[in-house]
Amino acid sequence: MSALLTVKNLRATVAGQQVVEDVSFEVPATGVTAVLGRNGVGKSSTLKGILGLYDRTGEVTFDGARIDREPTHRIVQSGIAYVPEDREVFTMLTVEENLTLAARQAQPRWDFVHALFPELAQRAKQRAGTLSGGQQQMVSLARALINDNRLLMVDEPTKGLAPKIVNEVGEALAEASTSVPILLVEQNLKVIKRLADRVVVIDAGRVVHTGPAGELLDDPDRIQRLLGVSTEAHDTREAHP
Amino acid sequence: MSTFVLLLITGLGLGALYFLIASGLSLIYGLMGVLNFAHGSFLTLAAFAGFEVGRRVGISTWTGLFLSLLVGAVVGAVFAALTELLLIRPLYKRHIEQVLVTVGLSLATVALFEGIWGPDPIFMQASGWMRQTTDILGAPIPNDRFVSIAAALLVLGGLVLFLNKTRYGLIIRAGVENRAMVTALGIDVRKAFTLVFTIGGVAAGIGGVLASHYFGYVSPLLGGSLLIFAFIVTVIGGMGSLAGAAIASVLVAVLQQFANFYLGVGDLIVVLLLAVVLLVRPQGLLGKAAA
Repeated sequence: MSALLTVKNLRATVAGQQVVEDVSFEVPATGVTAVLGRNGVGKSSTLKGILGLYDRTGEVTFDGARIDREPTHRIVQSGIAYVPEDREVFTMLTVEENLTLAARQAQPRWDFVHALFPELAQRAKQRAGTLSGGQQQMVSLARALINDNRLLMVDEPTKGLAPKIVNEVGEALAEASTSVPILLVEQNLKVIKRLADRVVVIDAGRVVHTGPAGELLDDPDRIQRLLGVSTEAHDTREAHP
Repeated sequence: MSTFVLLLITGLGLGALYFLIASGLSLIYGLMGVLNFAHGSFLTLAAFAGFEVGRRVGISTWTGLFLSLLVGAVVGAVFAALTELLLIRPLYKRHIEQVLVTVGLSLATVALFEGIWGPDPIFMQASGWMRQTTDILGAPIPNDRFVSIAAALLVLGGLVLFLNKTRYGLIIRAGVENRAMVTALGIDVRKAFTLVFTIGGVAAGIGGVLASHYFGYVSPLLGGSLLIFAFIVTVIGGMGSLAGAAIASVLVAVLQQFANFYLGVGDLIVVLLLAVVLLVRPQGLLGKAAA
């Protein structure tokens, strides 16, 4: 399967501190590719490095074109949407304003996002800062889904959410993945099991494993070794202690 | 009673000038994180440009006033936009260097203005309506105060409409909250940087022309002296908050006028107010607390 996104020898720094050592992997043009790893190994920083939100070196190719020297807004305009860790909605803007700001194309997909998250239509005039964590996550996802993107990069979308909302977010991502490939950073192995086709495991800023999701998730010893969790625990808890 | 009214309305007039400067400062800091020490230079150049126009067209005529305001606004806008494009943008993400370059520009422009117009204040020989007074509850209020207040209200209304009704206004409001996330939505936030500098330049330009009428002179140091109080207003109101700047402008100026008249220590009172606000509410009246 041809790669949509290719990352080669990516290194990223924040305030002079190296947060991604040397990451290389590929994201195919379909399905969900999950980036896994223990806390602090550089998963979120890898996404930010790809987007240019962190200073980076290395080679990043998207649909055959180099994007590693492009500014962030051009990378996003080329069709890569980003859902950040901790939602980062604009708390002083209304739900509608958050989505309007994100809409880049002439015909934004309002119907699609409202069908996926009906609550957002009902709360259009409500300030995003007054929403619950789950509702804010819906806004964050909707901002990415309102445009016809070619890749979604989603960073820990279920972090800190109640189990019911985790399911809703999982359903929304499953629905989205039918039309657009997703690069997903996630700690919840139940969500990974449900969504991921391929996995990339990062440890200490480097990729230590890539392959089909089932191959890793069906191997409790390998999960324990690479992610530091037992398979008994991950059915009921997040992946990391 | 007439003294109270005089001090109050004169204070509102001064507050209007502070707001015209502080609104731009606040928006620029809120969106870009840049403390713009060159803002006073925008004001001073606009004041001189307005003065030159007024001198030629007739400083005491309505035409002269409107033309000088228009030219002042344009000069302030162009100067501010060029400053952002040529000096601030190459230093994108280097905030300390950006602040230092604005300090350098403010010092250099004072020397430049002194070279062109001389170091001494040039008093304006105005007459006509702007120099006359209007009696309100027995208090003779200089008419230029009303013009300053009206101009500040118009600028405030225009800014509120712009921020709430236009896409760039939306970008600026979002950028004040989280600049990186605006970029991550595919928006070139640098265009908004140039825009807020330009808007700040327009407001400062209008403020410069009106300040020359308020004080009755133009001087290379006019902008610098007002800038200090505009910074205080910006901090008290809350960095990045337009409404905060409006409220703090009135508060500071009125307090300053009353303290000057009754105690002779207007400037000291303003500095004490700043200290109290910083101790009690460091984020300012309407600013967001640091996370």
